[in-house]
Amino acid sequence: MGGHLNINHLMFLGQGALWTMGLSVIALIGGGIVGFVIALARISPLKAVRIASAIYVQLVQGTPLLVILFLGYFGLAAIGLKVSPLTAAGASLTLYVAAYLGEIWRGCIQSVPKPQWEAAEGLALSRTQRMMKVILPQAIRIATPPTVGFMVQIIKNTSLASVVGFVELMRSGQIVNNSLFEPFAIYAIIALTYFAMCYPLSLFSQRLERRMGRGRSNLAPA
Amino acid sequence: MSLQLDFPAVLERWPSFLAGAALTLELAAFATVLGALLGTLAAVGRGTHKRLIAVACTVYVETIRNTPLLVQIFLVYFGLACLGLKFSAFTVAVAALTINVGAYTAEIMRAGFEAIPRGQIEAAEGLALSRLQIYWHIILLPAIEKVYPALTSQFVLLMLASSVCSQISAEELTAVANYIQSDTYRAFETYIIVAVLYVILSLVMRAGFWGLGLVLFPRRRRLGTPL
Repeated sequence: MGGHLNINHLMFLGQGALWTMGLSVIALIGGGIVGFVIALARISPLKAVRIASAIYVQLVQGTPLLVILFLGYFGLAAIGLKVSPLTAAGASLTLYVAAYLGEIWRGCIQSVPKPQWEAAEGLALSRTQRMMKVILPQAIRIATPPTVGFMVQIIKNTSLASVVGFVELMRSGQIVNNSLFEPFAIYAIIALTYFAMCYPLSLFSQRLERRMGRGRSNLAPA
Repeated sequence: MSLQLDFPAVLERWPSFLAGAALTLELAAFATVLGALLGTLAAVGRGTHKRLIAVACTVYVETIRNTPLLVQIFLVYFGLACLGLKFSAFTVAVAALTINVGAYTAEIMRAGFEAIPRGQIEAAEGLALSRLQIYWHIILLPAIEKVYPALTSQFVLLMLASSVCSQISAEELTAVANYIQSDTYRAFETYIIVAVLYVILSLVMRAGFWGLGLVLFPRRRRLGTPL
């Protein structure tokens, strides 16, 4: 317990912030890919696929991320894989994000107006063509604001990776605190840093939502 | 790759698991009730014409919604300590969770308030209802009824988020698991059991809120609208 917060500590915190962003990107890309598959599986014509994906979503959404992180960390070790905190955190966050993004995107796909589905069917497009050319382009537009909003959740949730020893912003704050012991000041700085990363995204998602709302009301029948 | 699971060694600690689960529910119950009150107040505050109050409420909601719960818990924990106040881990956990869920509840309630048609309030004024009566019967109860599904899933998320309180050693389910796994060296089995318990807890909470909804909003049941 000595000294004051100096430039080296701030550099270390900055490095942690970079890792927070890096882990968020990993979780977004991994979770996005798996989540897209989940979204399609949830509306699959095959009942077994629908049920299996529904169970996956229910299980993940009924379990805290912290427990999923522990399961990933100790589970991969239990089957004999040597895992770094980055692998464990990346894999766990991917599974977690996939369940939530999958549900968000399923809602967006299903909210494409019914006549569009019927028209695509009437044009004798195959299921793949229907999805790729008619439904998904419209669904992506609807899905953009909630997806940007969910990115805020992802960034905040990467803070939990600190408990499996991944040195992101939260963990680097704890490490700095161990040498300085000024917890309130340090955690306030950490909170501000998270706020600086998340708030622009929140504002952006709100703006997208408002713009979409206007666009939709223009389209609505009188 | 050899995976050997030994559940009995961990399951014999079932009284600790149950105690942890009970404390998790207790935490969630306290924070739900207090957070609902705080959130409703903040939602009302954001809508008032008194600028200072409205700005303060907005700052509260946006700050909480854009920072991680883990950081908030540590801030409350060390903040109270800095002020020279000593509380149990349970009290600190309830306080932090209340502050956290209050911000989310405020946003949900605000959406509910905005969904109340202006004409309803004017009609109530025309019928010479008092301000308090209007607030209660025309604004608050119908707003809650409208956002009930969003509100209840927020409270289930809160119960799951309470696992983070293990980091300040409140003795809830995840903290119990951390202790048991370091004691038995059976980490994977322990966390599988804990995950199952959380899934059960969230199903129980969902069922409870669904039943509560039937009791609270009989009109909705008559109309046959799904909760």
